[in-house]
Amino acid sequence: MQTFDLGAEGLRALNSSLHALKGQTNMTAWEVVNPKGAHAIAAGVDAPVDITVRGSTGYYCAGMNKQATIRIKGSAGPGVAENMMSGTVIIDGDASQYAGATGRGGLLVIKGNASSRCGISMKGINIVVHGNIGHMSAFMAQSGNLVVLGNAGEALGDSLYEARLFVRGTVKSLGTDCIEKEMRPEHFEILEDLLKRGEADAKARPEEFRRYGSARQLYNFNIDNASAY
Amino acid sequence: MSDFPKTPPRFSATFTPAVNAEIRRAAASGIYDIRGGGTKRHLPHFDDLLFLGASISRYPLEGYREKCATDVWLGTRFAKKPIHLDIPVTIAGMSFGALSGPAKEALGRGASAAGTSTTTGDGGMTEEERGHSNTLVYQYLPSRYGMNPDDLRRADAIEVVVGQGAKPGGGGMLLGQKISDRVANMRNLPKGIDQRSACRHPDWTGPDDLEIKIMEIREITDWEKPIYVKVGGARPYYDTALAVKAGADVVVLDGMQGGTAATQDVFIEHVGMPILACIPQAVRALQDLGMHRKVQLIVSGGIRSGADVAKAMALGADAVAIGTAALIALGDNDPKWEAEYQKLGTTADAYDDWHEGRDPAGITTQDPELYKRFDPILGGRRLKNYLKVMTLEAQTIARACGKNHLHNLEPEDLCALTIEAAAMAGVPIAGTNWIPGRTGGF
Repeated sequence: MQTFDLGAEGLRALNSSLHALKGQTNMTAWEVVNPKGAHAIAAGVDAPVDITVRGSTGYYCAGMNKQATIRIKGSAGPGVAENMMSGTVIIDGDASQYAGATGRGGLLVIKGNASSRCGISMKGINIVVHGNIGHMSAFMAQSGNLVVLGNAGEALGDSLYEARLFVRGTVKSLGTDCIEKEMRPEHFEILEDLLKRGEADAKARPEEFRRYGSARQLYNFNIDNASAY
Repeated sequence: MSDFPKTPPRFSATFTPAVNAEIRRAAASGIYDIRGGGTKRHLPHFDDLLFLGASISRYPLEGYREKCATDVWLGTRFAKKPIHLDIPVTIAGMSFGALSGPAKEALGRGASAAGTSTTTGDGGMTEEERGHSNTLVYQYLPSRYGMNPDDLRRADAIEVVVGQGAKPGGGGMLLGQKISDRVANMRNLPKGIDQRSACRHPDWTGPDDLEIKIMEIREITDWEKPIYVKVGGARPYYDTALAVKAGADVVVLDGMQGGTAATQDVFIEHVGMPILACIPQAVRALQDLGMHRKVQLIVSGGIRSGADVAKAMALGADAVAIGTAALIALGDNDPKWEAEYQKLGTTADAYDDWHEGRDPAGITTQDPELYKRFDPILGGRRLKNYLKVMTLEAQTIARACGKNHLHNLEPEDLCALTIEAAAMAGVPIAGTNWIPGRTGGF
């Protein structure tokens, strides 16, 4: 176990050390202490290592993560795991706005609540939120799955593309072009897998969820062609 | 019936035939007009400025023999690896999607041969572009299409795009005709949709967030890459100051003459300011902060010739960027395709339906039959030649003003032909010492 005191050694030294991990490394377990809400902790990691952050983080923790498993033993500030490519990020507490924004792969697990714009513009990431999510979540979400065990705020899935949204609780309102859709067998399979990997299988069952997706009415401009001109 | 002469038909200056035609088009279609390019209206521009040249009070440099340097460093504020370009004319961001793969390749070839940089766009980084660009600026846009840390690290600089001159406050647009399999795959979108990108970044709002976002990008790239911030010409004093505050190495300022692949005509023609009005405000912001020449300023929007380059630099820019002019150098809107432009209901030099993907020159298209017409090697050579001419022209003017580097050009080398240009550029009207809006008289 590599223990890194962020308060003493600083962010640049931490990220520089983590970026130096390439391919096979025997330094596979890292512990970051004294994070004290610092920004960009473990941003840009590209190695199959386990990193545990003991405390709460500021903006963009685990930004653009590849391969790594990053656990936050606290709450996460805005943009946690933004544009994640692969790997896993698990937050024990709550996540601020833009959690998982534009994420392209991997799994983001938020054991508390997520704030507004969770999964905004997501592009393939899977997100499991044990609690509730705030307004405008999954805005312009392109692909991937957002699983919410609690409730969703206003304007869920506004201007949605092909991402799948699963909500167990209530949805305050759906955004433009977002509609409820039928749960088919493949969706139960997706949920079963994500609940298990998201450490939520003891809390919820797939059949308790509703699915929301795009009505695809905004995909093309509405041209009248009232007359040939 | 009276024998008095009839009043001849008189067209309204308000309801012109062009205005009426647009009303009829709108009434028939129910959709606003979408097109490519920049504003087509007449605006105060670099044409309204003149250089004074040297005489007795200043002496010129020998035009063909004495040195007049053109190089520029970009990103010297924070980046471990700032960029050094041989010429201060860069290629502006244009996406793969808006342009064909061969067109992007040609931009890389031409720019590299001329010793300058090219820039990605709202569609991610292509191999054609990276492979043929010695210096490549990777745009970080609200859509984040194709964004990934590997491309961030193999870029030479990163440009956080907040806005562009053709549509300050608007997002990207690429219509379904151009969303081919490859474009759709790179953007992770369904094929054939009318893609309208977000106008704001998804994970930051305002200058304080931007500062943290820039810090994150620097951390991911180990503080190696210069980070540019690009803004559309709307409030250049404040936008420049805030970009500097947020930690930018370079500010890119795009006036309303700057082009776009596609957006609403009403947006292109009615939002933003001409680049002439933008440059002095941005320079003043940098000077007020003590950051002029420390944070570099790249300006764009209607740059066409070495004279425009020299004028922009005399007003205080460190470099310029060209987009539309580069496409014309490649062969866009060339009269040799006139018969095909006629079939599309337009004519050479006026074609702007780039969003439809039917460009006869094979540049603004994803149609394999059309883009096969375009030779990226020849296109690159044409761009290199054009960049060379622009540089020689700018040097010619700088030497005439007695300057041994383009960066030594200054506002005192300029005068204006119109009151509007004088007021915007902050230089006196020719033959006077009057700068409208400032103290002093004739």
